[in-house]
Amino acid sequence: MITEVAQQKQEHPMEKLLRMDRIPHIWCPTCGIGTTVTALAVALEQLELDLDNVAVVSGIGCTGRVAGYMKLDSFHTTHGRAIPFAFGLHVARPDMKVIVFSGDGDLISIGGNHFIHTARRNVDITVICVNNFIYAMTGGQVAPTTPLTAKSSTSPYGNYEHPFNLPLLAASSGAVYVARWTALHIRRLTTAFKEAISKRGFSFVEVIAPCSTLYARLNKLGDGLDLMKFYHDNSIIKHGADPKDIDIEYQSKITVGKFVDIEKPTFLDCLNNRNKEVFGDKYKIYGGGNGHNRD
Amino acid sequence: MKADPKNVLVGSHYLDGNHACAEGAIAAGCKFFGGYPITPSTEIAERVSRRFPLVGGVFVQMEDELASMGAILGAAWGGVKSMTCTSGPGFSLMMENFGLGIMLETPCVLVNVQRGGPSTGLPTLPGQADMMQARWGSHGDYEVIALAPDSPQESFELVIHAFNLSEKYRMPVLVMTDECVGHMTEKVIIPPAEEIELVERNYTDKKPGEAWPYEDTKNLLSPLLPVGKGYKFHVTGLTHDQRGYPIINDEAQEWNVRRLIDKVTKNVDDIVWLEEKDVEGAEIVVMAYGITSRVVQPAIAKAKKDGIKIGMIKMVTVWPFPEKRVKELADKVKALIMVEMNYGQVFLEMDRCVAGKCQTYFVGHAGGTVHNPEDVYKTIKEAVK
Repeated sequence: MITEVAQQKQEHPMEKLLRMDRIPHIWCPTCGIGTTVTALAVALEQLELDLDNVAVVSGIGCTGRVAGYMKLDSFHTTHGRAIPFAFGLHVARPDMKVIVFSGDGDLISIGGNHFIHTARRNVDITVICVNNFIYAMTGGQVAPTTPLTAKSSTSPYGNYEHPFNLPLLAASSGAVYVARWTALHIRRLTTAFKEAISKRGFSFVEVIAPCSTLYARLNKLGDGLDLMKFYHDNSIIKHGADPKDIDIEYQSKITVGKFVDIEKPTFLDCLNNRNKEVFGDKYKIYGGGNGHNRD
Repeated sequence: MKADPKNVLVGSHYLDGNHACAEGAIAAGCKFFGGYPITPSTEIAERVSRRFPLVGGVFVQMEDELASMGAILGAAWGGVKSMTCTSGPGFSLMMENFGLGIMLETPCVLVNVQRGGPSTGLPTLPGQADMMQARWGSHGDYEVIALAPDSPQESFELVIHAFNLSEKYRMPVLVMTDECVGHMTEKVIIPPAEEIELVERNYTDKKPGEAWPYEDTKNLLSPLLPVGKGYKFHVTGLTHDQRGYPIINDEAQEWNVRRLIDKVTKNVDDIVWLEEKDVEGAEIVVMAYGITSRVVQPAIAKAKKDGIKIGMIKMVTVWPFPEKRVKELADKVKALIMVEMNYGQVFLEMDRCVAGKCQTYFVGHAGGTVHNPEDVYKTIKEAVK
């Protein structure tokens, strides 16, 4: 009996999807990224996808380290440029599921231009953005997501810049699937990941996640558990809410849910349709750089 | 491996250097082009966008040059040959992801149709002042391979050669052309596919679980791992070990950076490509690359008529610098003259290698036009005094 228990313990439930040879990871206790990674791993298992055909691309920052821990073809790129890299990978291999997993500073500040343009093109990739309201890897600087008046190491007297509303940005740029959850809503987050990955087109999930080491400490909001309790008490689930109405203010209520789920031809659909229209039978439907045709 | 006949526009054409670059890329089997319009390189993107639909390629006009360079790296890891083209300001923007390409050891090609700089400079006029940026433009220590075509014909050929070198050495390769070559129209002969030799991508023959992305093979040229085949590999721009895992210490840094440097420096004899004329027994040797290697020729001919023992070296590859050959010549000749459209970039490398063993002269200007051969002639006359 004792041996049995010991053997059971040796096997991590997520071993199939995590690089166990890289554990322990670098994230702080109570960080929300780990929970988010678990939700993605569970989503991938439940989708029963061929894991050989799933790739993860990350940029730089705390969340940027996700690519390094997931046992998938995984790419840790430059700051802000995970999306263009993922775009090239997707065009070369449209048969693969390409998931960008990065943070708010990486995707929305330095990488903001790529985010809006890839959403505009409706490129068939999934973008997961862990939003902890702050640049955490570099020590807690203000971000374009930091709520007004929140303190950071570079907004010591409180942030005075209007933050981005990420679901609104994604939806107005052209995303076909947009959802927001917190690291507390692990089952709903898992469902959102499953829907986003299954969606054809640019799908976006924002994950509000606790950073107790920096955001919570600089703003005296308590520890990780206090933040989870805050999410519990202040999240309002409102599917189909207009993204215009879901700004996040400092310690305000957080509207979560699925806001956009529409159908629209993808980048490659449009490319193929246009070329077919122009060239007729002379055009061979593009399904990948090395002839990975979908049909 | 031979080129695919579908991709080769066989025949005798009248093309400018930019169009010839595009045909070279298509002939080489390029299937992804991410680019952003910038004078004087835009015709490359335009021709690719026109030709790609019927040869199975995807052209994407990216949102900026940062994205162009990032996307061609992603496409390369997705298994296709990929390329971008740009000029000065765009080249600056590409430098960070160029460094990522070096660090991840990613085969791809970047064409820079050089114009006058710095900043916006002379968008419609030539320059050769990005040569040191080509060498050192991204941060950190690494080696590069840079080729310099002197004509539309050579633009076609060198883009193919750049793809071949990028596959062999598993790194981004630079084609440093200029506005003059880019917009100069001449006869370009595109040979049949069976006469175009291509280097196939070197993928591992090991099974998933047994292979790593940066295996320390003897010649440092590790086979690539394909995506989507169960290797589940990781690559990172962080300093890494042969598994591709980040390792943040000095020992790993030494291993990783040495590898990036050694794979070029230990293979210079294979990479360096010089075209020499009348160098044996010469008293004076003129060195030049790209369009300038054509502009110096009337000056050399005139000097020859004067009875001067003069030779010339056209550098088809500028980086890695032909250090060995220049050191050899420094012991034999009276003077080496570097002619380039800048205020002394590759000249400094030549001067360093000469180390005072012969005289060195520089003929340069800030760009905007090619040299007046008379200026080169004057320097030759001064050198023989």
